[in-house]
Parts: sequence; C-alpha cells; structure tokens
Amino acid sequence: MGMTLAEKILARHADRPATAAGDLLHCRVDRIMATDITAPMSIEVFRRMGAERVHDPDACILINDHFVPAKDIRSADFARAMREFAAEQGIRDYFEVGRSGICHTLIPERGLVGPGEILVGADSHTCTAGALGCFATGVGSTDLAAAWALGEMWFRVPGTIRVEVEGEFRPHVTSKDLIMHLVGRLGVEGARYRAIEFGGPAVAAMPVHARLTLCNMTIEMGAKAGMVPCDAATVEHFSGRDRAVAEGPFPDHDAAYDETLRIDVSLLEPQVAEPFLPSNVRGAGEFRGVKVDQVFIGSCTNGHYEDLAQAAAVLKGRTVAPGVRLIVTPATQEIYLRAVRSGVVADLVEAGAAVTTPTCGACLGGHNGVLGRDEVALTTTNRNFRGRMGDTSSRVYLANPAVAAATAALGHIGLPEDLP
Amino acid sequence: MSAHAPFEGRVWLFGDHVDTDVIIPVRYCVTADRDELGRHAMAGADPDFAGRIARGDFIVAGSNFGCGSSREVAPVALLGAGVGAVVAASFGRIFYRNAINVGLPIFESPEAAVACSQGDLVRAVPEEGLLQNLTSGRAFAFAPYPQQVARIVAAGGLENYVRERLSKRRPR
Ligand code: SF4
Repeated sequence: MGMTLAEKILARHADRPATAAGDLLHCRVDRIMATDITAPMSIEVFRRMGAERVHDPDACILINDHFVPAKDIRSADFARAMREFAAEQGIRDYFEVGRSGICHTLIPERGLVGPGEILVGADSHTCTAGALGCFATGVGSTDLAAAWALGEMWFRVPGTIRVEVEGEFRPHVTSKDLIMHLVGRLGVEGARYRAIEFGGPAVAAMPVHARLTLCNMTIEMGAKAGMVPCDAATVEHFSGRDRAVAEGPFPDHDAAYDETLRIDVSLLEPQVAEPFLPSNVRGAGEFRGVKVDQVFIGSCTNGHYEDLAQAAAVLKGRTVAPGVRLIVTPATQEIYLRAVRSGVVADLVEAGAAVTTPTCGACLGGHNGVLGRDEVALTTTNRNFRGRMGDTSSRVYLANPAVAAATAALGHIGLPEDLP
Repeated sequence: MSAHAPFEGRVWLFGDHVDTDVIIPVRYCVTADRDELGRHAMAGADPDFAGRIARGDFIVAGSNFGCGSSREVAPVALLGAGVGAVVAASFGRIFYRNAINVGLPIFESPEAAVACSQGDLVRAVPEEGLLQNLTSGRAFAFAPYPQQVARIVAAGGLENYVRERLSKRRPR
C-alpha cells in the first residue's frame, strides 16, 4: 500500500520505510516555531524540565507578531522574555519588531521551512506552511518546550482527506472562498485528527500565497495539517528566496485516503461565514445589507500583498462609508514595504483606511482594532468565535479581501459588483 | 493529582464546539499564572463560572471541546479554576495534547456527554476506564489512552516525562 504525503514525511522522520494512519511515531522535527504570546510559557516549562540548552538552536524560530509593537507592560515583558531566550540560546532565526511579520506568512516568505520537512509551531495556524509541501502542525507550549529539549515529538499518524480541485475561479472569488466552502461543507470538526491533502488542476494553477490561504484554514475543520505537494510553483517560490529545492515529495498513486472530495471552483461564488462558527458559511449575497461598524483586512489568512492589492483595486477612487472603520494590516514588513512602493497603501489611505504596522493585532482582539459592545465586523481572518475580536457581544463575519473592501465602501455587507 | 485514583465532583454542562476563545479570552492570556488564569476560566461562556465551581467539579461538554487556538493556557485556566476533569464527546486535537501535557484529566465519552445533567454527581475511575453518574446511577466507558499518552499521564504530565528522559541522558 502506498503512502499519503503526511505518511511519507512522518515515516522518513522516524526512520521507518513505511507507516500508516493510526501508528504512533517519534519523529525528528526540522523547525520549531514560537511567538511572543506562546514562547514565554514554553520558556518557563523548558526550565522546569531541567533543560539548559535547546537541542539545536538552528532549528528554532522565534517571531514577534501577536502584540507588535508591545501593547502594554505585560506584552512588553513577554517579548523581552523571548528576546533574552533567543540571545541566551544562540537562536539566529529570531525576528525583532520592525523586521518581522505574522509567523505563518513570514516563515514561507523567508523560506524557513522546506518541502518534506516537519515544522511544529506553538500556534494553531502553523498548518499554513503545509502549502509548501511540508508537514506543519500546531502544538501547545509544553509540547513546544519538549521539542526544544529533545528535537523530536510523538505523533499519531493522521488519516488523510484528499481534496481534488478543478475549474477556474470567477472574478473576486479566491482560495479563501474555496476553503470557507470546504469548512462549511465538512464542519468545524470534519477533519479532526486528520490531514487534508489538496491537488488537482485548480491547485496546480494556484500561486503560493493562495495555497497558503487554503492550508491556513484547515485547522478550522480540526485538521492536524493541510498540505499541497511541492511542485514547479513551489520551487519557483523558494528560488526567489535563495533556497534551491526539488519538486516533491509526492503522495503515492495507491495511497489510502479516508475520503476523496471533488470541488469545481468555477461554480463557486464569494463566501461569507456568519457568527459564531467559521463553518456557518453561505454565499456572500445572502448577507447583503448587514450593517458593519468595522472592516479588517489582514491576518495570516489574507494579509498577503495580493490580498491588499485586491482590496485597493476595489477601493481605488472610492471612500470608506461614513460610520465605518477600515483597518488594514499587512502581514509582514516586506509586504508592507512592497505595498508602500507600489501605491497600494496610498490607495487604501486615500480611501480612508487606517493602515497599521504588521501584527496579528485585531485578528485575535489583541490591539489595533478591538471591537466594543454589540459591534459588528467583517474581516478577512479565519475565526469568528464569540468574543474573538473583542467584547463577547460583538459579531464577526468572515470573507475574502474583495468582499471586505466592497463592504467597507458600502457600509454593509456587499459584493464589488454592488458598488455604484 | 494521582493518575489513577478515582475522584468525583459535580457536573457543569456545556454544549458543542466550546472553543479556546470561550475557555480563556485572549485579554486574560498575557500571563502564565495558573490562579490568575483560573479566575477567568470559561469567561467567554459564563463570567461567573470560576467563582461558582467547587474544586474538583467536572466539565461535561459535547463534541470538539477546546477547538480553535493552540493556547495552552486553556487547560491551565481550567486547572487553575479547580476543574477536576473534562468529559466530552470529542476534543479539539491541540487541546487534547495540551490537557494531557499539563495534567488536566480528560475523558472522551459521547454517551456521557448526552446523559449527564447540570449538578449531577459523577465519579471518574480512570483505572477501569469508567465514568459513573452517581446521581442517575448510570455508568459510561471511556476510550483508553493510546500508549504514549498513557506514559505521559503516568508521569504526571509531559514536563515530568521530559525531565525524566533528560536526566537519563546525562547520568551524573
Ligand atoms: S493573524 Fe490571527 S489567526 Fe493568524 S497567527 Fe495571528 S492571531 Fe492567529
């Protein structure tokens, strides 16, 4: 019996010729990532474990992103704890405020994890990097501390759902709509403990940033990993990052899948998820007219340059509706700079957007756009749980950047074609 | 906590898909202090929860408990609030690992999740893989832990487990 991509990568890292779903493996991990919000707890646990040195400083990645720049004394102290740990342990892949970005966008941007590798990160959206053909999964702070200490981690090999995607996206429909559609179809635990492997002509045609968006929200179905095998587009992405990689690994033709789904995106329209679950998904048109107080464009899901450019194209020559705040947060410094140089930032600011420095910020109700009582927001993020972006009475709708931009201009949920 | 001795408490009932933003909203997350986290446990669903539960009480919930973010402060907050165990029809994957790692007892039982009422007295008998509802007189089996998980539980959490492994690596 052949192996899925997840099985293949996990078996290699446990020095096994083969493995199958359900096996328990101790795997070497290639990269270990933590952020300003999770590293401090891991550091405390690491010390209590009696560990002194991390197993391999060059495997470690530490990223300032959640509260950037520090929003209060506590987050400043959290950041300091991580900064001091990086210096003490000689960790070179430490990303300081001003040279950083949201971890799941920064890691692919810098080519920090390669195809066929294993990345564990103390953040649930670590699955994003699976778009590069690696096995990337989110863990908690104690698991992360154990990985620092031992350089390995135990995994139960997940079963895999194969998703075959075909067709061409219509205008203003993106991989965000595809993944929201899938979350709606499978539900918030539809892929629990499992990996999702994407393939088919529509995925082959997808640029890397769109694949990152796709894999990003696999956790919203409870998945352990979302993956796209490394192909020509991925190789090209890495060569732009001065890292030479080859295509593959690929799943075997006779791999055993739990399930295979087929989706034709040419039939897909822009999607919206209503409060309070990311699986509450319907066509965006069904929510036309819902009044919003805030629109947020950013996050590890849709903070790429192309996302910002798409929003700017919709907003160019228009203005944000009275009574609405539009907050735009580029995901990384590099994206920010590119958007400044290309005029995307100017278009957004002219339309009346508040453009912030790269950070998670509003996405998790951290800072830079927290929602007040009963406020309604439409965002390009990935979660709309109760209280996710602020007060427990606030409500969050999820959508793609073009719908978000149109909604900001209209003052209520709508599509780009609704704009006068 | 001993990994094996039976223990009991009252049931606090919650529904499906209780996510980590509900278990501990992010505004309370910038601390690693267990007691402080405990004061805000379940604040997204019931702001008075932490003040009302008795030490050792059980949370009984539906499917996918702990879905959402990887924040390990979620099980830590429940421990800090005095929650004795969580019984759910199923758990979010990362929450499951985190709970085992920090020593919060969790039991998967779809039957128990629908057959317990608020305030019932329940007893967990981990050695026998059993949850007894002392109020209704019913008993439910829960799935045994996979081998590696059982090892971590027996060590009292991943921290102790790794400490033991590290001390074996460098004999003094
Ligand atoms: S942008 Fe939002 S979802 Fe992504 S890592 Fe940051 S807080 Fe998490």
